[in-house]
Amino acid sequence: MSKHTVTIELNGSSITREVDSRLLLVHFLREELEMTGTHIGCDTSHCGACTVLIDGRSVKSCTLFTMQANGKSLTTIEGMETEGKLHPLQEGFHEEHGLQCGFCTSGMIMRAAELLEKNPNPNEEEIRWGISGNLCRCTGYVNIIKAVQYAAEKMQKEAA
Amino acid sequence: MNGPKTSAEVGGMGHSVKRKEDARFIRGQGKYTDDVVLPGMLHMDIVRSPYAYAKIKSINTDKAMAIPGVHAVITGEVLKGYNLHWMPTLMSDTQMVLPTDTVMYQSQEVAAVIADDRYIAADGVEAVEVEYEPMQALVDPFKAMEKDAPVLRTDKEGKTDNHIWHWEIGDAEKTEKAFQAADVVVKEKVYLPRIHVASIETCGCVASFDPAEGKLTVWMTTQAPHAIRTVLALVAGHVGLSEEKIRIISPDIGGGFGGKVPVYPGYVIAIASSVVIGKPVKWVEDRSENLQADSFARDYHMDVELAASKTGMMEALRIKTVADHGYTDAAANPSKYPAGMFSICTGSYDIKTAFTEMDAYYTNKPPGGIAYRCSFRVTEAVHAIERIVDVLAKKLGMDPADLRMQNFIQPEEFPYKTALGWEYDSGNYPRALKLAMEKIGYDDLRREQKEKRDRGELMGIGLSTFTEIVGAGPSKDFDILGIKMFDSCELRIHPTGKAMARFGTKSQGQGHETTYAQILAEELGIPSSQIQIEEGDTDTAPYGLGTYASRSTPTAGAAAAKAAHKVRDKARKIAAHLLEASEEDLEWEVGKFFVKGSPKQSKTIQEIAFAAYTNHPQGLEPGLEATHYYDPPNMTFPFGSYICVVDIDSKTGEIKIRRFVAIDDCGNIINPMIVEGQIHGGLTQGLAPAMFEELIYDEEGNILNGTFMDYLLPTAVETPKWETERTVTPSPHHPLGAKGVAESPTVGAPPAIANAVVDALSHLGVENMDIPITPFKVWQVLQEKGVAA
Repeated sequence: MSKHTVTIELNGSSITREVDSRLLLVHFLREELEMTGTHIGCDTSHCGACTVLIDGRSVKSCTLFTMQANGKSLTTIEGMETEGKLHPLQEGFHEEHGLQCGFCTSGMIMRAAELLEKNPNPNEEEIRWGISGNLCRCTGYVNIIKAVQYAAEKMQKEAA
Repeated sequence: MNGPKTSAEVGGMGHSVKRKEDARFIRGQGKYTDDVVLPGMLHMDIVRSPYAYAKIKSINTDKAMAIPGVHAVITGEVLKGYNLHWMPTLMSDTQMVLPTDTVMYQSQEVAAVIADDRYIAADGVEAVEVEYEPMQALVDPFKAMEKDAPVLRTDKEGKTDNHIWHWEIGDAEKTEKAFQAADVVVKEKVYLPRIHVASIETCGCVASFDPAEGKLTVWMTTQAPHAIRTVLALVAGHVGLSEEKIRIISPDIGGGFGGKVPVYPGYVIAIASSVVIGKPVKWVEDRSENLQADSFARDYHMDVELAASKTGMMEALRIKTVADHGYTDAAANPSKYPAGMFSICTGSYDIKTAFTEMDAYYTNKPPGGIAYRCSFRVTEAVHAIERIVDVLAKKLGMDPADLRMQNFIQPEEFPYKTALGWEYDSGNYPRALKLAMEKIGYDDLRREQKEKRDRGELMGIGLSTFTEIVGAGPSKDFDILGIKMFDSCELRIHPTGKAMARFGTKSQGQGHETTYAQILAEELGIPSSQIQIEEGDTDTAPYGLGTYASRSTPTAGAAAAKAAHKVRDKARKIAAHLLEASEEDLEWEVGKFFVKGSPKQSKTIQEIAFAAYTNHPQGLEPGLEATHYYDPPNMTFPFGSYICVVDIDSKTGEIKIRRFVAIDDCGNIINPMIVEGQIHGGLTQGLAPAMFEELIYDEEGNILNGTFMDYLLPTAVETPKWETERTVTPSPHHPLGAKGVAESPTVGAPPAIANAVVDALSHLGVENMDIPITPFKVWQVLQEKGVAA
């Protein structure tokens, strides 16, 4: 198995590692770096539990080789809380009861982060379509939508 | 219930306390099974059968073993050496762990590769060479029951057919007479197809055998860790695994829904591998394995008949069912109930006479029959009755709401004994239906439907007024493999007045860490934020049967209340000592005892707790702890009234759920926010089989949709905006008046949706449609009826 050197700006810090060419990004995160907040739900990029941000774009890390993230900036759920302060989305999921088993939550939050970056004030329909690449089996999405709305409002207030 | 009794700070019952468990989940710090990493841990991957039915001619492991990093390939022959190649199912049937000669369903486990990492294990799986001799699979239970059908379970000595069991209840003769005498009889074939729980976390375990101590620890995606420990001790006792040396840890679970109750072969192989190799072994399924091999749900073919008077009074119900269990009966029902609680099928109606019978058959499909978010076959029963009631309404030309209203068991008739033997504890069905009709504007909708129909537009209104049965269960009738279905709470009050409680259940997203603390806060006045809840570790938690079938609140929730009462009884003695009063002169109000008539003379629970460790009365045992094992006197019977409105595109068959109103009654409520969240989720898992999900097999037994690519879970786009409200009819026998809720919506929603679609098409002569009702199915009907172009 050929090895490659990969350098990634991970949650604000640069890391360099030797990885197998076939190592999937999600396994790199979970097993090489022991950052288990990113989950695996389907292996076929349908459920979105493994969603992370690469250069600000939400991607499903179960169908990406680690090498494809080389030289890029990567944000995971572990990077969302900064200086002891929760991201408004993390806060929103708690306040609005946007999670039950918690397994889809990391991916939902990462996906919603890009959604709000592109569209800071989405309506309900836009949120529904915006998170339609992420599956949740517990919540019926009702409170996830409220959580995203909560975050949108808070982020707009903070930006104002 | 008139608002919470406790302050927001105490956070007892009725408060929408924000969840404690969120703190770790929103940070990605939850600890699920696949997050467990142990030093020296190996990874297991499984070779699976491409055929639904085949002889295994040979298994060649040489090439796999030659791969650097592969430690072992485990086959049925290896396990046979330990007599571990077969195991019992929870229904006392038998199941292969790994086959020695025959595979019985596609994706069945054939061998397991143990390697340094998951990639090498997968390479090993590719390299194992298995030679099969395929045989003609039996996929259809109606073919399996034919006299000349080949016998599938040749492993069972003397077995001459594919029949598993016959079950019946009720008075067949009286029912037949009632049908003969009835003015009106309606009949319908109702099929509930195979579906899958598809929790977003799949199943898996990390098995770690310590050869020095002889101790086995297993982190496992299980809803019932204690039962698993006992089952393991029973099936693996002969290889030296004794119950005190087995520790099952159920860490955070990413959704269970009944799918994480059974023991799957993968768990057993991983455990056996760890014992044999002496190192920790991790096994985590991928999604295809999960969908294709783990226990399915439903798969009931029901012939439903209802007899009534010409004025629409229901007189008798008869249901004959064929149950397809796949290659073995691996359901997880209580022993006495092979068809679960199917006898709830008389529903919310005063039907005096009923008979139901069922026959279960083996086929070449994965084993199962689990209770997917439903208290053992209640979904099937509810679908049957709620569908046939609509068929009757149509036949009589009655409004389905009127027909239901006039047949409801009336509030004053509770406790009500059903024709099939249940004693419903409480209910108020007319109130719930009236509320649902008001909220949705039923009469206006019917007017609108008529106008639209005149214009050729398709709109339907569907009702479901169901009764659930949850909280298994009273020990006189309920056990799994002989273990009675009580549950437990062990409560400790610390010297500083904070508390810890442990339970025999296991949350999979239900929020027990929050809600159990609320129950204890209610009963003791200690703020729920200061009560630590733990579950899922068999070395520390008291014995219990786990979380499924909406049983946690009815059983463990009651145990919490009872344990708190025991603590309070002791606290009274200590308070009497501190206040120099007699126990009889003390009164309890939330959080303190005070002297009757002298409310200023009081001691708080915190003061009492401190005294229990520092100044206890001489002669009284120090400390402040209690344990309670709760054996429920009866089941609880939550109910609901759901109304669904659909608009159907007459050209494409596309179905749009315009509105869905769900009125649920689960008795007294612990946490309204969590209850509402559970109802949202349950409704969505009712929508899923009603419109999208079905595991489809071809005639060779090949699964046609074994990945998320084509097994369609509803996303936020397909899911409608649920409108929920509730009525409260407390359970008279539960210490908190609570009933359990999470499964009601899964059970109640499918017939509301199916009834709405059929209602939209009823003027075209449509009487029934099997779920999942897809746009394609509707379009076919519209074509047939000459409506669609």
